[in-house]
Amino acid sequence: MKQRTFANRSALPSVIVPPLRWLFFALPLAFLAVLYFYPLLVILVYSFAEAGKARSGLATLVADRYYVDVLLFSVWQALLSTALTIAVGLPCAFVFARYDFRGKTLLRALATVPFVLPTVVVAAAFQALLGRNGVVNAVLAPLLGQSYLIDLQGTLAFILLAHVFYNLTVVLRIVGGFWANLDPRIEEAAVVLGASRWRVWREVTLPLLMPALGAAALLIFLFTFTAFGTVLILGGPRFATLEVEIYRQAINFFNLPVAAALSLLQVLATLVLTIGYTRFQERVALPLDLRPQATLLRPVVGWRRRLLVGAVVGVLGMLLLPLLALAYRSITLEGAWSLHFYHLLAENRRNNYFFVPPLTAVRNSLVFAAATTFLALVIGVPAAYLLTQRQRWIRTVFNPLFILPLGTSAVTLGFGYLITLDEPPLNLRTSPFLVPFAHTLIAFPFVVRAMLPVLRGINPRLREAAAVQGASPLRVLWLIDVPLVTRAVLVGAIFAFTVSMGEFGATLVLYLPDYPTMPLVIYQFLGQPGLENYGQALAVSTLLMLVTTIGFVAIERLRIGDIGEF
Amino acid sequence: MTGEQAANTLTIMSHDSFNLSADVVAEFEQSNNVKLQFLKAGDAGTALNRALLTKENPLADVFFGVDNTFLSRALDANAFEAYAPAGLDTIPAELKLDPQNRLIPIDYGFVNLNYDRASDLFQGMNPETLKLEELTDPKFKGKVVVLNPASSSPGLAFMLATVDYFGEDKWLDWWQQMRQNEVVVVDGWETGYYTNFSGSSGKGPQPIVVSYATSPAAEVAFSEGKLTEPPTGNILPPKGSFRQIEFAGILKGTPRLELAQKWMDYMLSKRVQDDIMPQMVVYPVLPSATIPDVYQKFAPIPEQPASLDPAIIAQNRDAWIQEWTRVVLR
Repeated sequence: MKQRTFANRSALPSVIVPPLRWLFFALPLAFLAVLYFYPLLVILVYSFAEAGKARSGLATLVADRYYVDVLLFSVWQALLSTALTIAVGLPCAFVFARYDFRGKTLLRALATVPFVLPTVVVAAAFQALLGRNGVVNAVLAPLLGQSYLIDLQGTLAFILLAHVFYNLTVVLRIVGGFWANLDPRIEEAAVVLGASRWRVWREVTLPLLMPALGAAALLIFLFTFTAFGTVLILGGPRFATLEVEIYRQAINFFNLPVAAALSLLQVLATLVLTIGYTRFQERVALPLDLRPQATLLRPVVGWRRRLLVGAVVGVLGMLLLPLLALAYRSITLEGAWSLHFYHLLAENRRNNYFFVPPLTAVRNSLVFAAATTFLALVIGVPAAYLLTQRQRWIRTVFNPLFILPLGTSAVTLGFGYLITLDEPPLNLRTSPFLVPFAHTLIAFPFVVRAMLPVLRGINPRLREAAAVQGASPLRVLWLIDVPLVTRAVLVGAIFAFTVSMGEFGATLVLYLPDYPTMPLVIYQFLGQPGLENYGQALAVSTLLMLVTTIGFVAIERLRIGDIGEF
Repeated sequence: MTGEQAANTLTIMSHDSFNLSADVVAEFEQSNNVKLQFLKAGDAGTALNRALLTKENPLADVFFGVDNTFLSRALDANAFEAYAPAGLDTIPAELKLDPQNRLIPIDYGFVNLNYDRASDLFQGMNPETLKLEELTDPKFKGKVVVLNPASSSPGLAFMLATVDYFGEDKWLDWWQQMRQNEVVVVDGWETGYYTNFSGSSGKGPQPIVVSYATSPAAEVAFSEGKLTEPPTGNILPPKGSFRQIEFAGILKGTPRLELAQKWMDYMLSKRVQDDIMPQMVVYPVLPSATIPDVYQKFAPIPEQPASLDPAIIAQNRDAWIQEWTRVVLR
């Protein structure tokens, strides 16, 4: 019997007795049922309830060529964004995976910071750097006798640039994290056998990386496919994704049938994509000899490596420049250094009822983020293990389901919450507890996707070998799974933390003035004119970056027992 | 938990820009032995839709922040209770748009173009009286920022001003010409004002933006004492601004009707009305309310705003937005 359980691709369930195991697997399913399927179904039914509404809503989509264009644009810009992000991210992921250099943890943390910033703030940062009156134009344009050289606002290029800026960290962490555990001796063997560098890359490294690359690409695609703020604010009103159009229909025209029809289209498109992805993933999954990273890291020696690492650090530096521009503006007043705006934050000079002391906002953000990280792991870890079950049907059915929330309109789902979570025992719609739940819905797919390539890559023979040497199932789990999976779980945790700090899914819930978070305070300041408001908005944005960076570094330094750095 | 169940809690749902002084809130709480619970539900459109969607099982007792462009949507949904608060008779009749008093005017503002006084574009002219048709001149090519009426309520307000300014048959021609003159369209006020407008602290590239008549004064009020004169000014030709009136109403089905009515009385009292300009930077509806000096000096009420019958707005709102989108964006 023992033999059979060890042939399982996943160790964890085999150490838990069957009833407990199903309870473990039921967690993500119950979560999705209550916070995703139930509200979504009810709002769709509600929107289509009146006779003929479903037909008229769906007919609008078919009749108007415009909606076809919107769908095509959503897909097109998402494909471009994904390809670009991976092209820029892969070399960076390689350097982070294989080399050891000073400031690595900090740089990796900084690369994740863009993820948490409100789009309005990112727009302001890019404008300060690349706008018509921005630093780059101010320096370059006079040299060529022009008033400005670059004007990105309102272009597709700006949307793509922002998408790379936001999503680079997904490649860096998910592909980089996986890469770090790949045994380089496979590649070295190929080189010894006389393969060229290009051939080693194409025939050895790339196939080995495929599962992680696929997971990262899927996440980036869905994030950009449902892009809202970047398209609306940076691209301007000439561009529209399905998500933007759903918002317009639901909010500005209160045309729920058309909004619901568009949401349905968006969910279906996501479903088709994820089913395709699941098939692809089944093909590329290979058991690998994953190893703890510490044994594989190389120091930076030789000019070629120095050049490579330098280039990657340079690329990341370029991406971080807009952030520095923001921070710089927040600590200057009339051209001189000043912490004035930070002092102002702590004062309620106008005796405003909704005044938020900065520490309260920091604390609320951190509490919500910690709760989200915990919940996302509680939901995400069982979900990932469920997807490594032997039964093919389980993988086929649940793989797409666990990613669907990322491809669903937040506006629509948020309306669903209002009309479903309104009575005991689920009277959550005005509860602060809904906030981490809503964030978790978007965060847990990241945990699943970060873990899956690693779980599937664990060579079953490693477990068998451990068992043959007399290790108990629990000991096998501890010896084999835990060290390799921990890093992936940490990557997932970082994304969960990020998603919550950046208030993804904020449109799902109502804003409770009793529990304000940092992004909401930023929006409050940006709601009125004046230097005082602008300066304080930048100061809170800088605080948000700072707190998030510290949070990342803290999570990365977490240690479990004697398991060191991976 | 929040106030949905608590008996001595009055819940007020609003858009995100709602603001009051702490002691104004405390005074009501003390004199009525009640706890006030605020629920901010997004921008003006989102908040209203959320209120309407939940009218069978309301989230709150009172809703604040329906403006005159959304008035018909709110009234048609039959979600508000009729009540004439004390002091309503002192409010100018032109601000009371619902004869049944289901929605009561609380404040109002004007949406119009602001200009950057430091820009050399306006040399040799008086930008304060600049006519909208002059903006199609090549001189202003790429210099004007407007807000998308399909996603921004001041954007919609300005679009409605142009309907009245040029007339229902001509307004789209002007927008067509503005498009040729490379008018910049952005999604919302924050982007337009802080990212694009050169007169704001964001120091963007364009010197003309759609904003409010109170914005230049607010630049002084929120300047940290650095400014005594606004860095920006209002472009206010006759009919070149749109008056946005904000209403509040009692949500039907509230079990705390009496308290809700007291709150409505309070919203029209001098205590709250005095607080409206300094906290929300809009004009209070009560004529006797105090306006701080800086707003008296730099935020005069436009003499001749555009006027459009709310019924006509209700009838044409969506179609006009679609037309505008076709002409300006597609």
